[in-house]
Amino acid sequence: MLDYMRSNRREVIAGLVLIALLATYLGTHPRGASTYVMTIWANQCLILGLAACAQFFAVVVRGIDLSVGAVMALTNCIASYLLDGSASGIAFGMVAVVAAGALCGLLNGVIIVFGRIQPIVVTLATASVFIGIALLLRPTPGGAVNYDLADAMTLDFLGIPTALVITAVAVVGFWLPFRRTGLGLGLYALGSSEQAAFQSGIDTRFIRLAAFTLAGLFGGLAGLFYSFVTTTGDAGIAAGFTLNSIAAVVLGGVLLRGGVGSLVGALAGAFILKTIASLMFFSGIPSLAQPLFEGLILAGAIAIGGADVLRARNKLEVYS
Amino acid sequence: MRSAITLDSLMPFFGVVVLILAGSVFFPQVLSAGYLTQQLQIAAFLGLLATGATIVILLGHIDLSVPWVLTGAAILSTALVGTGNPVLSAIAVPAALAFGALIGVINAMGVAILRIPSMVWTLAVNSMLLGLAVLNTGGFNPKGQSSPLMVAMASGDILGLPISFLVWIAISLILGYVLTRTPFGRYLRSIGFNEKATFLSGVSTPSVLFVAFAIAGMCSALGGVMLAGYANQAYQSMGDPFLLPTIAAVVIGGTSILGGRGGLFGTIGGALFITLLTSILSVMQIDDAWRNIIFGVIILAMLLFQTLRKGAVA
Amino acid sequence: MTDIRPPLLEMKNISKHFGATKALDGVDFACRAGEVHAVLGENGAGKSTLMKLIAGVLQPTHGQLRVDGQDVALNTPQDALRHGLVCMFQELSLVPDLTVRENLLLGAPGAGLGWLRGTGLSDAQDVLNRIGGDQIKMGARVADLTLPQRQQVEIAKAIMKKPRLLILDEATSALSASVVDRVFELVREARDGGTAVLFISHRFHEVEALADRVSVFRNGQRVETFLKGAHDYGEIIDMMVGQKIEELFPQKPAGLSNAEVVLDVRSFSWEDRVKDVSLSVRRGQIVGLGGLDGQGQGAFLMGLFGLLRKADGTTAIAGQTSDITSPKVAKHQDIALAYVPEDRKTEGLILDQSIQENLELAALGRTDLDAGDAALYSGSLDQLALKHGGLDLPVSSLSGGNQQKVVLAKWLALKPRCLLLADPTRGIDVKTKTQIYAILRQLADQGTAILLLSTDYEELIQLCDETHVFFDGAIVASLKGAELTPQNIIAATLNVATNEAARHA
Repeated sequence: MLDYMRSNRREVIAGLVLIALLATYLGTHPRGASTYVMTIWANQCLILGLAACAQFFAVVVRGIDLSVGAVMALTNCIASYLLDGSASGIAFGMVAVVAAGALCGLLNGVIIVFGRIQPIVVTLATASVFIGIALLLRPTPGGAVNYDLADAMTLDFLGIPTALVITAVAVVGFWLPFRRTGLGLGLYALGSSEQAAFQSGIDTRFIRLAAFTLAGLFGGLAGLFYSFVTTTGDAGIAAGFTLNSIAAVVLGGVLLRGGVGSLVGALAGAFILKTIASLMFFSGIPSLAQPLFEGLILAGAIAIGGADVLRARNKLEVYS
Repeated sequence: MRSAITLDSLMPFFGVVVLILAGSVFFPQVLSAGYLTQQLQIAAFLGLLATGATIVILLGHIDLSVPWVLTGAAILSTALVGTGNPVLSAIAVPAALAFGALIGVINAMGVAILRIPSMVWTLAVNSMLLGLAVLNTGGFNPKGQSSPLMVAMASGDILGLPISFLVWIAISLILGYVLTRTPFGRYLRSIGFNEKATFLSGVSTPSVLFVAFAIAGMCSALGGVMLAGYANQAYQSMGDPFLLPTIAAVVIGGTSILGGRGGLFGTIGGALFITLLTSILSVMQIDDAWRNIIFGVIILAMLLFQTLRKGAVA
Repeated sequence: MTDIRPPLLEMKNISKHFGATKALDGVDFACRAGEVHAVLGENGAGKSTLMKLIAGVLQPTHGQLRVDGQDVALNTPQDALRHGLVCMFQELSLVPDLTVRENLLLGAPGAGLGWLRGTGLSDAQDVLNRIGGDQIKMGARVADLTLPQRQQVEIAKAIMKKPRLLILDEATSALSASVVDRVFELVREARDGGTAVLFISHRFHEVEALADRVSVFRNGQRVETFLKGAHDYGEIIDMMVGQKIEELFPQKPAGLSNAEVVLDVRSFSWEDRVKDVSLSVRRGQIVGLGGLDGQGQGAFLMGLFGLLRKADGTTAIAGQTSDITSPKVAKHQDIALAYVPEDRKTEGLILDQSIQENLELAALGRTDLDAGDAALYSGSLDQLALKHGGLDLPVSSLSGGNQQKVVLAKWLALKPRCLLLADPTRGIDVKTKTQIYAILRQLADQGTAILLLSTDYEELIQLCDETHVFFDGAIVASLKGAELTPQNIIAATLNVATNEAARHA
């Protein structure tokens, strides 16, 4: 157990911070720990959580994905056309939305791998394309999502917010098994040491393609869930989510140098960010000062993470 | 030091010529002096931001605090002028530049001393500045106005050339000289390639980072001041639309996002190209959606062309 | 050797060029099933390139590889693994952020991208147990393991793949003698089971103990292949080097004990890695620092150059006590230290920049020098006979030896009072070594004080006037004159009495 805590130190710290924040939030909220309060909180958290998962897959292979928000905007707009009508039509629509996200990711991956261009630049450009397509679909916000479905996904299940159930499924049903596959291991190997991964007989090109496709897929899931929460399509949501997804993975202990961190950490980081925002809302801090406090907390958390280097006794250790 | 003008850095200039010729086929007014000087005037805003970004990217870092350094400088300068106090009006521009330098120093503290990845730290600084701006202005568009100097810098002209363009080119020339002819410029590129080896060669690499980020902050601030002069006011989020085009302009100009390789000459071309591309797409009354798509595809095409050409050589 | 089957692995007229450098040049080579074939050669002779070609990490510029008499193309490590060619690399192929278990699973036979069953893990555990790695936890992160432990994991990882051809490239360099014996036992078992083994080692007694046949390489070519025992130690060395050892080194001058002290270090300590080290270097002296890897000698050199925080002790340069807090301070003309770091590719040079730019980088910060003045460098470049196609070409286009010449010339331009060198000849061909030895001796004669860290006993004996041997952070022996013998140095590096050391040599 102690070993487990040590090797997953980052996730454990992020988890403890999250619990403390959540307790404070529920304690200060005028309506307390009701299902209603929890549901709204969990929905907001999961949207960013899925975006952070998308960012995680790019970051773990030593990349970055600036198109996360754009993929969300595009899939959100697609969802606003496809998630209404017959049950089978909706089911197809959900698959199509997520597939569209994965396709965006695959496109990023193909350009990065075969065009040999840095991920940051590629996704910067493709983000513009994705937003353009989203705008073609929805020049102004609109469309609709089946209300019954949206309610089912965004309210609660036996008193537990559905968003938390989805989070649990993502972790237990997807991440934990995935981590034990060759692909899951390959992602870390590629991010940690591309040379070692290559010499161990890993197909580094395929792994990188897969990583960006997974990033797109989770971007699609984030767009899908966003559609359930807002029930409209809006092409203008991209910017905030991309930057916040980066902040979330960093808070969750995922290192931008690749190879370290987990999906659990990315989710925890996203939940922390959103909980801070919610906490501000009820904290009595003047609303105008809230963005500043959010910024200060974010910067402070990151700076504490960086303070480790001040203890390095060999000056060369900080260059790597 | 070899020439700063490489094939990569010439490419956006070819692109500009192609855009003008192609645009003039459909819209003859593209060839008019009025249209072209207006493009030079507008390109200067993006160009100044891209100048600062080039210096940081040459180091192998990135500055995501550009939007709110720009907005903050605009708010600060217009607020000082808005007081009506002649002394405060006079120091509006220097104060904004000092603000930019200060934020640059804060950026560098995180990057050089705490060794936080610049992408994360400058993002955090950006969100703190956003918070400060909201607190300061109450979330409404800030009151205040631009001084005659600011308006002149943004909209005036000398001998038919926009002053904003001349300011941009003057700064590019000065910084271009610094980058190619001084030890500081050499250190900057060396750090971009290999910070450890540079440090071991007896270079105080943290000082180089501090100066570079401070220069970048001042460039962003100057861009903000001129944009405020152009609009005769500051407004919330005025910097947000500039962040990604700034990076695009630098990269299209042949500067490697990994650091070390590139220079300001290409960035001038990159900023001109992106400004002209945006303008021609809007002159052609192509709607926003297609403009985004074409914008992204053309950037990708130029980048692919750059790497494929290198692949053919290697 | 009357085996009429085709060799397991055969290389025909193989060449591998890196730019202008010919790492391998028209090599024919064969290795049969059921033999241990040792490959010997100086650093830079082309051994590692040969292994990388077999492992599919590199592809030959010319020539053909055959497995079982069939032409094959090994374009990736997967191709090599498919043919049963498994390499244990000198630069470890372990992923630092993953656990031991995960590293063993990575690229294990039949692992693929799907669910990992871990079938081979028990085999790997058996191997680890047999080679003294039973205390290595499967759940430990590789980055947290010691170097010997990593080598043990690397061996287990290679053997669990049940190779037809196993390459051991300096696979046991960090392991203790008793562990090496157990590894050899394992290797012999594999050989008797029909596995071909290619074995690279710098330790002669290991070759003696394990090899059936020996091939010697020099300057990218195979010099000769013979059965073990056909040539004695001296003959093999001559074959590897191409000349007698004594001819490599310049003559040592006599008597320097009265020259003025340039560098004087008293009670230097840092963390618990360097313990109370005192030494001095006089004008014209070359002082050696010996010891096994990581005994504090490397950290000590870094500390002198201002790279360590919170180090204790005093350093005096030419009689002036100096507080050297950074490389910038160290290179200032009042102090004039120069440091040639261990890893020239990541620490000594900026590979993407030109030779000229690399040469100028150290001189740029010196107010008393004009870094653009070609005369600063031309003297040492001529003397070192730098081979280049133009100073504006990238420094990465040079061979390893020529790159090291650039690092030296870059610092010599500053006319240092004292030169600190961290293993400057590691991985460099013999000719360049000779040139470097010559210029070091000449610099010493002109009055430069030189502190030379080396892992090569011959350098410590033949080149240095005095040698300090480090063990566990402290100097355990200071040898000069007639005391400078291989036996004494080996004894000191292992921190044992001389007669005991004879068994290890």
